[in-house]
Amino acid sequence: MKQESDRPSAASRRRFLQGAVVGGVAASALSRDAIAETAKAADNLPPNVPEWMKTPGDPAGSQPYGTPSEYEKNVVRHVPKNAPQYLSAASRTPLQDLDGIITPNGLFYERHHGGVPNIDPAQHRLVLHGLVEKPLIFTMEDIRRFPSQSRIHFLECSGNPIYTKPYGKTASDLVGLLSCAEWTGVSLKLVLQEAGLKPEAKWVVAEGADAAAMTRSIPIEKCLDDAMLVYSQNGERLRPQQGYPLRILLPGFEGNMNVKWLRRLKVTAEPVYSREETSKYTDLMADGVAREFTFYMEAKSIITRPSGGQRLAAPGFHEITGIAWSGHGKIRRVDISLDEGKSWQEAQLQEPILTRAITRFRFPWHWDGKPVVIQSRATDETGYVQPTLAELVSVRGENSFYHNNAIWPWRIAANGEISNAQA
Amino acid sequence: MRKRNAGLSSMTVLLAACTWQVYVPAQAQERYAIGRDATPAEIAAWNIDVGGNNGSNLPPGSGTVERGRAVYAEQCASCHGEKGQGGIGDRLVGGEGTLASPKPVKTVGSYWPYAPTLFDYIRRAMPMNAPQSLSDPDVYAVSAYVLHMNGLLPSDATLDAKSLSAIKMPNRDKFVGDPRPDVK
Ligand code: HEC
Repeated sequence: MKQESDRPSAASRRRFLQGAVVGGVAASALSRDAIAETAKAADNLPPNVPEWMKTPGDPAGSQPYGTPSEYEKNVVRHVPKNAPQYLSAASRTPLQDLDGIITPNGLFYERHHGGVPNIDPAQHRLVLHGLVEKPLIFTMEDIRRFPSQSRIHFLECSGNPIYTKPYGKTASDLVGLLSCAEWTGVSLKLVLQEAGLKPEAKWVVAEGADAAAMTRSIPIEKCLDDAMLVYSQNGERLRPQQGYPLRILLPGFEGNMNVKWLRRLKVTAEPVYSREETSKYTDLMADGVAREFTFYMEAKSIITRPSGGQRLAAPGFHEITGIAWSGHGKIRRVDISLDEGKSWQEAQLQEPILTRAITRFRFPWHWDGKPVVIQSRATDETGYVQPTLAELVSVRGENSFYHNNAIWPWRIAANGEISNAQA
Repeated sequence: MRKRNAGLSSMTVLLAACTWQVYVPAQAQERYAIGRDATPAEIAAWNIDVGGNNGSNLPPGSGTVERGRAVYAEQCASCHGEKGQGGIGDRLVGGEGTLASPKPVKTVGSYWPYAPTLFDYIRRAMPMNAPQSLSDPDVYAVSAYVLHMNGLLPSDATLDAKSLSAIKMPNRDKFVGDPRPDVK
């Protein structure tokens, strides 16, 4: 059989397109470009043989470091427009475009206070001093000689999001300062033991080698528990935006404490009361009293599909899926409400369900085409249940800025458009 | 340590099967011997953190409000405003009495609990375009000027380690620990 004879001629294709235009979408609404696009796409659809089967593709290794398909070019970090400056600023993970629990390294959220330093690892040192028996200095090669470990944990900025309007339109706007990776490094406990802690040791002050010389105090209990010094992220060395060549990782603690570009650890008897633990990262209550040293990120979840900014094309089957996480341990359950929070049904949790990591949930659902509000609610292994925004605000007021772990409901309109139900 | 070491031999067999088990040296002489001693000079040069609540590790030297006015005009005003009213950088002045209002204004004067933190932060992070470029006396001076703009130092004041540590910030007693979980 000759291939050509099976394929519609250009003329018949034109006829087909004209028919489609007349019968379907108003002809005036379709630009010439759109018609050309449709014609081109049709060339590659059955019964035709797609063009990419008729000529070899790029040779292996044409991209020494691979990047996503050009058709995914809109899946990028969201950078706020018109920020006063971009040195102390943030960019957000496009949560609604991602699957699974691991954030690709190029989409990991960023929050820096003095820009991203470009550090030569050969010229990077970690100094460990203070209330230790033996002050030490390490090269990166030294750090990598310690016994290593790999663990999957989320990281979340504590202001994700703030409590006041305008509320974000998409999942990324709301909680995109959240990402999750597999981290490799050394237990901080081993490194501290190498120097020998003195009995008065109660805190460890961590300092970054960036232009902000970011400084945070960490309680010694955390340092001797699950804290790590990390040099790799999802199998490759840390990205500069995540602290290359070395950062501290404090699973479940607010992002800012996980000091990047780590150059110094000073063991002390007291916290240092740095600017980032007094002026910032303290939670102001309505009565003017502020909470300090609010480390843990409490249980939280969000539906990422369907979610704000997306559109359901038609009634029928739609999987509701999203992510849940808790700084206090594992996610125990996630519930879904389809009636403005009046009743709740349990979602399926996708394995693996890991401590202080993102857990994916799924909920099969038939949309009947009527307006509806959908929302998810996480419960962690301590029994803690994710609160509503109203519940949080009634206790904390609207100015506490950090640690907003509210439920975010999505409103689905009759035309399938999805928006933030709180906005 | 010794007790744990004695029990170790019987446990070793058990633990050998667990691939995740990390060898932890039980005694000082069993350290991994990774890294080298940090010299006093190396430590001193990097040891810049100042105890916010007590001024520990503040360096020698001093600076006047007058000198601080000049440093501020030259190196800070472009981002923080002539009078500390804010711009690209945070507002540095005012806001007293607003913290319990719907629109709190958090500044060095209205919110910060400790004055030595100001020295620490300016020395390590400001001016944002050239951090760690100011001399210690100039950090004292510009800290003094920011405190002066907030009415916390007279215009003829000189600031050093002792006087900076002695300043009681107006909002000092308004910080509490973490009571969460607070929504039950
Ligand atoms: C290029 C702009 C720029 C210059 C110049 C600059 N700053 Fe800043 N400053 C900032 C920004 C931006 C922040 C907020 C940084 C952040 O939050 O990470 C800041 C924060 C501060 C803060 C903390 C305010 C708070 O309430 O937490 C102080 C204090 C400060 N600057 C003092 C100074 C002083 C003193 C100088 C001059 C020696 C100076 N700055 C020069 C941009 C600048």
